[in-house]
Amino acid sequence: MISWSIPGRSFNDKPVLGEISLSLAPGESHCLIGPSGFGKTTLLNILADLDVDGVKANWKSGKPHIGYLFQQPRLLPWRTLRENLLLVKDDLPAVDEMLEAVNLQGYGDYYPSRISLGMARRAALARCLLMEPDLVLMDEPLVSLDTPTAAQMRRLIKRLVCDHPTRCLIYVTHDLEEALQMGDRISVLGGKPAQLVFSARSGELSREILEHKLQEQFNSVA
Amino acid sequence: MTTSRLRDQLLALAVFILIWYLAAAWLQNPMLPGPDHVADKLLIEWQQDRLLPNLMITLQRVVISFVSAMFLGIILGVVMGRFSLCNRILDPLLVMLLNIPALVVIILLYIWFGLVEAAAVAAVIINKLPNVAVTLREGARMFDPELEEMAKAYHFSWQKRLRHIWWPQLFPYVMVATRSGLALIWKIVLVVELLGRSDGVGFQLHLAFQLFDVATILAYSFAFITVVQLIEWFVLQPLERYSSRWQKGASS
Repeated sequence: MISWSIPGRSFNDKPVLGEISLSLAPGESHCLIGPSGFGKTTLLNILADLDVDGVKANWKSGKPHIGYLFQQPRLLPWRTLRENLLLVKDDLPAVDEMLEAVNLQGYGDYYPSRISLGMARRAALARCLLMEPDLVLMDEPLVSLDTPTAAQMRRLIKRLVCDHPTRCLIYVTHDLEEALQMGDRISVLGGKPAQLVFSARSGELSREILEHKLQEQFNSVA
Repeated sequence: MTTSRLRDQLLALAVFILIWYLAAAWLQNPMLPGPDHVADKLLIEWQQDRLLPNLMITLQRVVISFVSAMFLGIILGVVMGRFSLCNRILDPLLVMLLNIPALVVIILLYIWFGLVEAAAVAAVIINKLPNVAVTLREGARMFDPELEEMAKAYHFSWQKRLRHIWWPQLFPYVMVATRSGLALIWKIVLVVELLGRSDGVGFQLHLAFQLFDVATILAYSFAFITVVQLIEWFVLQPLERYSSRWQKGASS
């Protein structure tokens, strides 16, 4: 079980995130949805110890090993895909195996500028998984991808992260369909400061209910 | 270098030499010796074993000054670019150094420390260091914050960050400082040698100046320009090509 809470977060004395806590059972995938500007990325940054003001999460059962898949791949453009992965884990067979797992066999010697965004995202996923994380944070990993590429990436995430027996996932998205497909549980982030205003297992939810809950938050902003 | 580019450069050089030759032939004045006369002088200096030793001494001063100025300038520039407090404290000093004429620094150091090698080299370093620092400060300010975050999220050690994240981002700025640095440093070294050393190309120019020997002045100048151009072709350009191989269009 991974349990955490964050104390809240303000920018320029303006509260953005309220106190939030969450628990994830082993292997659970949890989707966070909410309108733009409600602190979803800020929340992930706090969990990953990347907050600019050093706000940290309180891990109730010990801090897990975290892998962060950013919205943009953030590969080093001056290193090949293989070199990018070797920086995270200096183990060539493991790196090549991971490149194969994300369908990038044969592309190890390519520089990021010579591959598509979809391939770069897969390489970033491979880098993230090489960390062997207990908890994976994903910040809209399918944004800007065309439909077939997004579907391929979604299948990969499901196979390599969601279907993992112990690996937990916190997945931030705007896309309701994506949330329903990826999450065992879905929470809506809303209010000012933002908190988890709604949470349910995805099996108990329909797109309509989720849309309604999200619309409430959009209306509150308007 | 592509064949067509080399051909164009050789053509431009040939046209320049031809115009020079015609002008010298027309003027018939020792104040403008022709290229053939300068080439003869170059050969004589070589045969009398003056050209190469003096070139090597000047080159040695250039290398020592250049490496020191680059090393110190990179550190200073990066520190100023990354830490605003350091920038606030050191910026006035940097502006002052940028605006002190090279000649003033050279003369002052010769007066304070005597006509010694250390003073000569230090004068060159002090003249070049502010330019390197200013260029590298801009480079350090342009570090990509997203890559910094990535490095933090993936627990990169500072050695790994230095080698794989900071240095590649600084490299284009280092190349700019290198190019402008080489061009500036060898000119300052000649002044330093002219004013206070008893060897090197600058000293030979000084002797030639006493005799109004324009052919020797041009012979030594062309010899050193050739050395610097060879460094550009065979060191800097290959280094730049190797380092930019990752950019789109470069072969993987």
